Amino acid sequence: MKARKVRVARWAALGLLVGALSVVAAGCGGGDGGGGASTEIEGLGTSLEEIQTLARDEGEVNVVQWAGYAQLVDEFTAATGCKVNTKDGASSDDMISLIETGAYDGVSASGNASVRLMTTGQVAPINTDFIPNYADVQEGIKNKDYNSLDGQPYGVPHGRGPNYLMFRNDIVPADTNSWNVIWDDAELSKYKGKISIYDDSIFIADAAVYLKATQPDLNITNPYELDDTQFQAAVDLLKKQAAAGVNYWPGDVAKQISEYTNGDSVVGTTWPYQYVQLTAADPPVAVTALKPAEGTTGWSDTWMIYSKAANPNCMYLWMNHMISPEAQAAVAEGFGEAPVNLKACEVTKNANHCADYHADDESWWEDIYYWTTPVADCGDDRGAVCKTQEDWEAAWTEIKG
Amino acid sequence: MTSASVAEPPPRANPGRRLSTFFFRHSRLRLWALLALPLAWLAIVYFGSLVVLLLSSLWDTDPFTRDVVHEPTLENFRRIIETQVYRDVAWRTVKMAVMVTVADAVLAFPIAYYMARVASPRTRNVLVVAVLMPLWANYLVKGLAWQTILSDGGVINWALDPLGLQFDGHSTLGLWLTFTYLWLPFMILPVYAGLERIPESFLEASADLGGRSLTTFVRVVLPLAFPAVVAGSIFTFCLTLGDYIAPGLITSEQFIGTVIYNIRGEALPTAAAFSLVPIVVVVAYLLVARKLRAFESL
Repeated sequence: MKARKVRVARWAALGLLVGALSVVAAGCGGGDGGGGASTEIEGLGTSLEEIQTLARDEGEVNVVQWAGYAQLVDEFTAATGCKVNTKDGASSDDMISLIETGAYDGVSASGNASVRLMTTGQVAPINTDFIPNYADVQEGIKNKDYNSLDGQPYGVPHGRGPNYLMFRNDIVPADTNSWNVIWDDAELSKYKGKISIYDDSIFIADAAVYLKATQPDLNITNPYELDDTQFQAAVDLLKKQAAAGVNYWPGDVAKQISEYTNGDSVVGTTWPYQYVQLTAADPPVAVTALKPAEGTTGWSDTWMIYSKAANPNCMYLWMNHMISPEAQAAVAEGFGEAPVNLKACEVTKNANHCADYHADDESWWEDIYYWTTPVADCGDDRGAVCKTQEDWEAAWTEIKG
Repeated sequence: MTSASVAEPPPRANPGRRLSTFFFRHSRLRLWALLALPLAWLAIVYFGSLVVLLLSSLWDTDPFTRDVVHEPTLENFRRIIETQVYRDVAWRTVKMAVMVTVADAVLAFPIAYYMARVASPRTRNVLVVAVLMPLWANYLVKGLAWQTILSDGGVINWALDPLGLQFDGHSTLGLWLTFTYLWLPFMILPVYAGLERIPESFLEASADLGGRSLTTFVRVVLPLAFPAVVAGSIFTFCLTLGDYIAPGLITSEQFIGTVIYNIRGEALPTAAAFSLVPIVVVVAYLLVARKLRAFESL
């Protein structure tokens, strides 16, 4: 009889514990949805002077970034009193998770993160009066879908670039100028097991870019707006590629750099950063990176401020710093991308950098499709039949098998 | 002469003394006071996190923002059971865990046997240190080292090259080698302890009864050491089942750990549901291990 009582008591205690925890769990994630258009953040100064004074008290800023983005950090700290702590994100999803922890003041978000962050109110709209360098940003990059909402800017543009096709010169012919080296059957059998692929669902768009150029009957207009048939074609293409043997590189760039160095990967998709690192290594690795004839995916990134930032004043100064000509030049040359503040072109170490990276040549960017979040609304007369972010992620797990 | 009437002064009633008197009188309360902290840790941090995990697997996510929506649903479990890829990955991971366990048992037994029953005490100490030494190195460093060893320009292919052979290291086979290396000490140590516990007199008795060395080994040593092997296999099996770093370093194939790691950001509830698969497998494995009396030799 006693044993039974004890058992009942035990179950009751466990039940209570489960109940209590479920209340906690339900209470946690609720959050306050919907971002108002107010640029006010608790603790933010009301003038540039006040921001500079308050920043000295904050003394630090914590940012989530793509590897290699933060530049001239020591100069920034000396000028503002804000110590900079950076955390590299591996993918846009990763960055969103990091911001949601609440431990960071801001993020360098690509389009497939920024739209989601703005919609959920995780990031706050900015008051450009407090960011003097904002006036120097190229007009063509301001107020885009991925850095503003209802005409209100959220954050400052950081820079833009393409996802390159990169190959080792000793293995792949020098005149290669097409993505077919990673998609075509004959080419796949040549490079199987040595194809380097970005490990994220957004890479489905790269398959769509290739299909857009090679299979016109699919009528792909935008690689992020794929209906059933188009999406299935892209997934099939990716499955064929995966079956041939690929090396996935997660956002951790070190894996891809070491694979190209030791020959485990010879062709694939990359960011300019790895290309810059490989060619600058000692001894340099002989690789070529280019935008192939079919065009490519790319990104246009934005520094955004967390709506409940603990150090909002330092973050405002950081956003201003990252679009200063000096920081823009350092970023553009360090990462291998086009600056958004063209005053940077006068201070780059390589005087031709802006020309090499087509900073001011809009026609060159026409066939680069910036990362964005896939949504059901196809944006044309097809209606709401397009595959969503959720479908893309599920398909990506399936493609990898 | 003063009489011996100097009485012992009454114990001073300082708070510490009062507390100790109190607990002396209430022994049950003393027990609970001592256990409260570790029990709270176990209940809240240990089981609590498991409960939160279980609850998370019942939520859904918003298709666009991917935020967790707090509406109970069994959708995640349906997805895990009905989607081919999750079944494939789970099966592949379990197979890998079994293969690694078998390989480690086969490798560990002779080493442990030599250490426990053949080697001189001096050699034995050296061997114990040698077995433990890899555990002092960082796990990630060992994983990265194997990444290099298995690569095209690595030492394995360098050795095979003159023979005209090539080894694709970034494969299931390469990962199997890596895991087998990583978890070997976790198998050797329990088996060594188990073998050492077999009394010498048992072997002598077997010999006296006419048992040859092979008979003695099969009918005396092996049955007595078997629970120790099962104990070691709990480590190798569970560690393989949950690992996500080595698979990410060595191969492009997905395992339970890598899938959870990859989808946790955007599909947390599905990841939570999938993480229950290794828990279920391990519980089943532990039940079998208990039947095989493995816990007596831990």
